[in-house]
Amino acid sequence: MKNLKEKIPSSIFYYLKSRISSLFKLSLNGDYIFKIFSGLIASSTILILGLIIYELILGSTLSMETFGLRFIVGVEWDPAIKRSFGALPLILGTLTTSAIALLISLPISLGVALALSEYMPKKLSYFFSFLVELLAAVPSVVYGIWGVYVLIPFLRDHVYSTLQITLGFIPLFSGPIYGGGVLTGGILLAIMIIPIISSVLRDLFSLVPSSIKEAIISLGATKWETVKMMMSYTRSGILGATMLGLGRAIGETMAITMVIGNKFKVFPSSLFDSWYTMSAIIANEFLEATYDLYISALINVGLILLLINLTIVILARLIIWRSLRIVRGIMRE
Amino acid sequence: MKMTTQKIRKIKDIVMHFMIYLTLLIAILPPFSVMFEVIKRGFMAIDLDFFIKTTPTVGEAKGGIANAIQGTLITIGLASLIGVPIGVISGIFLSEYGENKFSTIIRFFNEVLNGVPSIIIGIFSYTLISPITGFSLISASFALAIIMIPIVTRTTEEALKLIPTMIREAAIALGIPRWKTILHIVLKGAKKSIITGILLAIARISGESAPILVTMGYWRWWFHGLNRPVANLALNIFLFANSPFENWVILAWGSALILILMILGINIITRMLMRGSF
Repeated sequence: MKNLKEKIPSSIFYYLKSRISSLFKLSLNGDYIFKIFSGLIASSTILILGLIIYELILGSTLSMETFGLRFIVGVEWDPAIKRSFGALPLILGTLTTSAIALLISLPISLGVALALSEYMPKKLSYFFSFLVELLAAVPSVVYGIWGVYVLIPFLRDHVYSTLQITLGFIPLFSGPIYGGGVLTGGILLAIMIIPIISSVLRDLFSLVPSSIKEAIISLGATKWETVKMMMSYTRSGILGATMLGLGRAIGETMAITMVIGNKFKVFPSSLFDSWYTMSAIIANEFLEATYDLYISALINVGLILLLINLTIVILARLIIWRSLRIVRGIMRE
Repeated sequence: MKMTTQKIRKIKDIVMHFMIYLTLLIAILPPFSVMFEVIKRGFMAIDLDFFIKTTPTVGEAKGGIANAIQGTLITIGLASLIGVPIGVISGIFLSEYGENKFSTIIRFFNEVLNGVPSIIIGIFSYTLISPITGFSLISASFALAIIMIPIVTRTTEEALKLIPTMIREAAIALGIPRWKTILHIVLKGAKKSIITGILLAIARISGESAPILVTMGYWRWWFHGLNRPVANLALNIFLFANSPFENWVILAWGSALILILMILGINIITRMLMRGSF
């Protein structure tokens, strides 16, 4: 030790010693290492999300360079002869079917959530909540095969013909009925997102402080009036839950691919006509894409789908978090 | 006049009461029809061949789904090997060191990742891994692992938060370092609920077919190696459902039955376990 001290200037020696000992201490301190290690693993989520976006942009570079903005506004999808791709009809198809799904599922989910949180006795509500969550676990592709063999025949034979007779004067409900199509896709999506929306709504309603409910009941309000007040109280949360359902509907792939008919066209002639969605074209053509531009165009469709989905999901989560915080905040007071 | 408004309000209340139960009925009817049809039509496919033979080719008489069951199990197993450790460790971090902004951000991105469509995750895995291996089991398992991570993370975090702080404090008071406390005491106490979360994540990924489709494609044979595709139950349903051959359609329903039994079985069993523990 003494020799060493003589050889190097003392300040450097003490500096090195402190560095080494701090390094040594650090390696002994399991807590610190464990925290850093688990933190790094935990942040892999952010890394993965970033990588997903990066890889999809990278994969669609060729398509973006070839078509530019024309890809988003183009209405032609001709992989065989012209090798020209435009995704506007796909975007419209996805948005339309999802919108139909929301229109159908929102009132039903509201009803389900209210029944579970307000109307039912606790024990029954527990059972039905369990059931709704169980039903949310049924895979998309099983809904798909059910859609093809059960829902389509039922809608075609019993619902669509009646709709056409009563509402046929509106162009939306005229035209030939195939069974599969835009409306069928929307209905199937609605069935699939009801459990998701209603379970978020149920949690939201159960957080409304009972003092507020008691106050309005004491004013002589009926049950429905109380519930109505609750819904206006949780307005933003309902919006968030709806958007969460929308995000799910937009990304849904297998079920919609099996029932929408998969015809690329700018506009369907009616709600009964077949159409296409972004996710469906990826599922149908990804394995058949034989040249680079084709694959790149499909990945580009995926990128558009991801960006729309991310926007909706992030907004939805922010809204739900905010509204839960507001509701909880009032509860604490 | 006052009486009539009263009456209108009463009637409105009763009507809405009825309507709300009606929506519950409407919501539950289609999924019940799904269960009913899958069980009814699926049972037609069940016989010995169904469990020991491989996917039929065109013109072949019946065939089975044995290779698909094997493939699904291998894919899920590999996905769990990647996804479960990452998910559990992330969950530990969020629960034990999670009182800061960084963790809030991670939690948020976790939810966002959970909402990313599975087909997009499939494409991601294809662009990242397939240049090395082509359409392969690894690529598919990687995609499924990414789907698993947010689910396992969230359930682990929730499970660990249920362990009372008192137990952690008692361990620390005995002089046990925090990380040992977490690994040996907290984690042990929450073992059951963590396993539940893992099982639920497995149930979720076993029904995924879109990411399988873009990472692996169809495969009619047995397992041939990690860098080759394998058959998959959920994808079988998609492949067979629209086929013109009757025995293929029956196989699709049979696959759906096996899948549903597996997924709902996991769900019901885990929930029973959980109810016992609280």
